Amino acid sequence: MSLLVSLELQRKAFHISVQTALDSNGVTAIYGHSGAGKTTFLRWLAGLEKNTVGNLVFNNEVWQDENTFLPTQQRQIAYVFQDARLFPHLSVLGNLQYAYQRRFNDNGPLLEHVCEWLDMSHLLENNVTTLSGGEQQRVAIARALLSSPRLILMDEPLESLDQQSKEHILQHLEKLHQQLSAPILYVSHNLEEVNRLADHLLVLQQGKVIAQGSMLELSSRTDLSLSHEDNAASIIVATVDRHDEHYQLSELVVDDDLRVFLTAIDHDINTAVRLRIPARDVSITLEQPKNSSILNILPCVIDEIEIQKSGATHARVLVRLHFANQYLLARLTRKSVDRLKLHSGQKVFAQIKTVALLNEHRY
Amino acid sequence: MSPHDLDAILLTLKLAAVTTAILLLLGSPLAWWLANTRCRIKPALEAVVALPLVLPPTVIGFYLLLAFAPSSALGQFWLATTGDSLAFSFSALVIGSVLYSLPFVVQPLQASFEQLPKSLLEAAATMGASLKDQFFSIIMPLSKRSFITAASLGFAHTVGEFGVVLMIGGNIPGETQVLSIALYDKVENLQYTEAHWLAGGLVVFSLLLLATIYRFNRPAAIGSIKGVSH
Repeated sequence: MSLLVSLELQRKAFHISVQTALDSNGVTAIYGHSGAGKTTFLRWLAGLEKNTVGNLVFNNEVWQDENTFLPTQQRQIAYVFQDARLFPHLSVLGNLQYAYQRRFNDNGPLLEHVCEWLDMSHLLENNVTTLSGGEQQRVAIARALLSSPRLILMDEPLESLDQQSKEHILQHLEKLHQQLSAPILYVSHNLEEVNRLADHLLVLQQGKVIAQGSMLELSSRTDLSLSHEDNAASIIVATVDRHDEHYQLSELVVDDDLRVFLTAIDHDINTAVRLRIPARDVSITLEQPKNSSILNILPCVIDEIEIQKSGATHARVLVRLHFANQYLLARLTRKSVDRLKLHSGQKVFAQIKTVALLNEHRY
Repeated sequence: MSPHDLDAILLTLKLAAVTTAILLLLGSPLAWWLANTRCRIKPALEAVVALPLVLPPTVIGFYLLLAFAPSSALGQFWLATTGDSLAFSFSALVIGSVLYSLPFVVQPLQASFEQLPKSLLEAAATMGASLKDQFFSIIMPLSKRSFITAASLGFAHTVGEFGVVLMIGGNIPGETQVLSIALYDKVENLQYTEAHWLAGGLVVFSLLLLATIYRFNRPAAIGSIKGVSH
């Protein structure tokens, strides 16, 4: 996908000014706090915001410039709204057929397949008003897929759901990621959703892009709000290599030669998974510890030590480490940093106390 | 019942049917526009649409009579294009009825369109539905009851029309003599038995029609729309 964006948009409460190029397939999350302009930006991409000045080019096709405004119905996209927006006069099947009969091409999935992926074959005859919030949102996602869109836009589709439905749909979305060829733009202010689903990230703040790039890299940036929250964590990708029945552990490979142990997971060998490593559970030693109880010790290079902003001094600082092409965050006391004379470029060992599985993911 | 009475009944039904059809065709887009526009002239246009509700029908009839006269611009134009005189013709009755019954069709439709969640139309647009497609696949089904109400009220009101017809239609049996005028004739000529038949028939017909409308018009429809798309 290639999406060239240049937008200036003035609304009563805020101003959006975005100039960027989105050129990645897979899931690109548009992340930011509420009021950052995420939804308005997404609606503009869909052609649902009128009276805007901007340029928008999708795969060399002009959607908007000074002379052109391609109406929503001709952009061949799909949009999953925060509220499901199912048609109340149609059954679940009727809603799905509405999209399927108007599909943009024949390369998309069949109705039966989509129902199977999203586990909703038993709902087809139901009236949409009788569905739970989670079920409605699943129907909305299914409806979006059945259009065979060239681009899928999702606006916080899990926002209004309870934790259980959220988890259920997240698992479906993670799987879908592997079955779809259409790129997805996913608006969210929920870091966990972003960490689990996104390959790429666009961070919006007060209507402006403040960072853009690979999710794995951005999630470990110390200068972004992503890693500054109290539960700062880094995400790494690893492949399941071996299950150790005796100790009930799974052994994963990170970048060919490094190994990570995890309490047994039931994923198949060679499945790629995302692991979440909380910064407060990572400590640093200068030499390889020989008699440690900690299983996961990775040789790393210090990439960056967070510089205190605004002159205030804190007890703890965030240190970014890298190994191969992945990143780790460690939260250390300032005293330890001084005592060990840590500096960027230094070779150290990271001791990782806890590693949690984030989700299943294909690479 | 005389053949003349039967003619009057058939003519009345034909007039009401033609008027209702034209009103639905013209009234739907007008109601849609009124429901969605932020244009400044909207209140003025709404007032014009509602005018027949408050004006005595004879006032409308009087102005239409002037407009339809063979000496008027409209009368001349009609004569030139169709070869017939507009005054005292069936076409004149249709034009008069359309104007007179306009609010009964436009107002229920406008109210329904204003309630219709635009979010559903956005969703339909993202699925590739054109505006025309959205009208038939979303707007029409969700406003079904209002369309039935609008059509029934337009029809019933045209059947019950008297003042406008009296002014512009004259009283030509089989051509412009509708039921209400025929009834007036009977009473003028002291034919009370026939008058009873016509009057009673109209009462029963109107009651049946209105009862049907109210039966269809349970408020459930609007409620279920709102429930889904807050």
